[in-house]
Amino acid sequence: MSTALPAPDIARAITRIAHEICERNGDSRLITLLGIPTRGAHLALRLAAEIESISGNSVECGTLDITMHRDDLRLRAPRALAPTSIPPLGVEDRHVVLVDDVLFSGRTIRAALDALGEVGRPKTVQLAVLVDRGHRQLPIKADYVGKNLPTSPQQIIKVHLSELDGVDEVLLEEVVG
Amino acid sequence: MRHLLSIADLTKNDALSILNTAETLSRASDGPMKKLPTLRGRTIVNLFAEDSTRTRISFEAAAKRLSADVINFSAKGSSLSKGESLKDTAQTLQAMGADAVIIRHSASGAAHTLAQGQWMSGSVINAGDGTHEHPSQALLDAFTIRKHCAHGNDDLTGLRIAIVGDILHSRVARSNVLLLSMLGAHVILVAPPTLLPIGVEYWPVTISYDLDSVIENVDAVIMLRIQIERMTEMYLPNAGEYARFFGLNMDRLARMKPHSIVMHPGPMNRGLEISSESADSARSVIVEQVKNGVSVRMAILYLLLAGNQDLEISL
Repeated sequence: MSTALPAPDIARAITRIAHEICERNGDSRLITLLGIPTRGAHLALRLAAEIESISGNSVECGTLDITMHRDDLRLRAPRALAPTSIPPLGVEDRHVVLVDDVLFSGRTIRAALDALGEVGRPKTVQLAVLVDRGHRQLPIKADYVGKNLPTSPQQIIKVHLSELDGVDEVLLEEVVG
Repeated sequence: MRHLLSIADLTKNDALSILNTAETLSRASDGPMKKLPTLRGRTIVNLFAEDSTRTRISFEAAAKRLSADVINFSAKGSSLSKGESLKDTAQTLQAMGADAVIIRHSASGAAHTLAQGQWMSGSVINAGDGTHEHPSQALLDAFTIRKHCAHGNDDLTGLRIAIVGDILHSRVARSNVLLLSMLGAHVILVAPPTLLPIGVEYWPVTISYDLDSVIENVDAVIMLRIQIERMTEMYLPNAGEYARFFGLNMDRLARMKPHSIVMHPGPMNRGLEISSESADSARSVIVEQVKNGVSVRMAILYLLLAGNQDLEISL
């Protein structure tokens, strides 16, 4: 097990992504951040705080649970649901930035696009991830990436955030056997 | 968890995961009613060999909101009324590719027979079997009580809940006694002695014959339907006397604790077990129970059908 991203790198990556989001979208009052539970939701809150301190405006931030839209439900044991909370201004005609911790097969984001389509029609949908580990199975690409991390499909990436795990770190684990 | 036959089959964690899932679903549906794709392509059969309105419609609404295909099958107008056996019906449903069967039957244990019979591979959900159990009703009652009375707690620890009326014939009472006491509530059964079952002294409950002494000190009261036939069957002297001793009226309602609630699984006999004013009062959550029923049944269908039941539950 090795540390792929220590705490200071995570903090820098979030600050940089916040700047990139502001740069690309201009008026931050038109941005809605939607974190994908569990860790994406916390990353979205951190990004919102950064964007607020950069722009001086408050930023709409919520969560989007995608469990009911997954295409692999029948392959796994029943999953617990997480809350969806769409901020007051909704998603209609807004720049929605989906936030997740790890981008891997792209299937979570595919499900998120479906879930988002049920809520409304944003002007644009963008994707911010802390780690892109490759091995996409769908034509999906992130707009903002904290770190590109080349992995083998057998490796496991673990993202720990201080809000949940007491520490900020991204770990790379080898699977034994 | 492949079937939902009885509350007795559930652990406290199973019950809480159903309630928590239902809560997430009910919050998501506060906005416009959204259809979820989760059970697309799955077939759910409503097999109702006994009359029902709200349970059948509630399960149907829940299944449709999850995008399942629903086939309604009622005793009247089907081969069940021609005397077809449960086995033959089950094999027919299996051949049609039913992923789940929601069964209501007048015989206690019918759902269990269907689940254990190896005649079909789908899930079986008990929507009321004779005088045995009605687990989805108990779950929606627990959900409603938790929402109003539990002050943010996960379970019902410390709450006092009265169930009033025909305990003897009530599957709702049996399921509720098991579930509410499992969740930590203190259950008080209030009924005339003729309407209490043999062996009730071994249930995890307190028994009372006097509604007036109980009503002031409960967080929720569940009024049960009194069937008119019970008068002719000599369980009760007459409707007026029952209403006077065991009915909920405005006088009793006024003596309840400030935030306590009034529940009824329906259909109500207004004027018999519950007065019309009490049923429509601010304490009454009877209409909300129906709404909660859809969320709870969506949670049941989701947990039973969406995942792979051969794998361990990771809730």
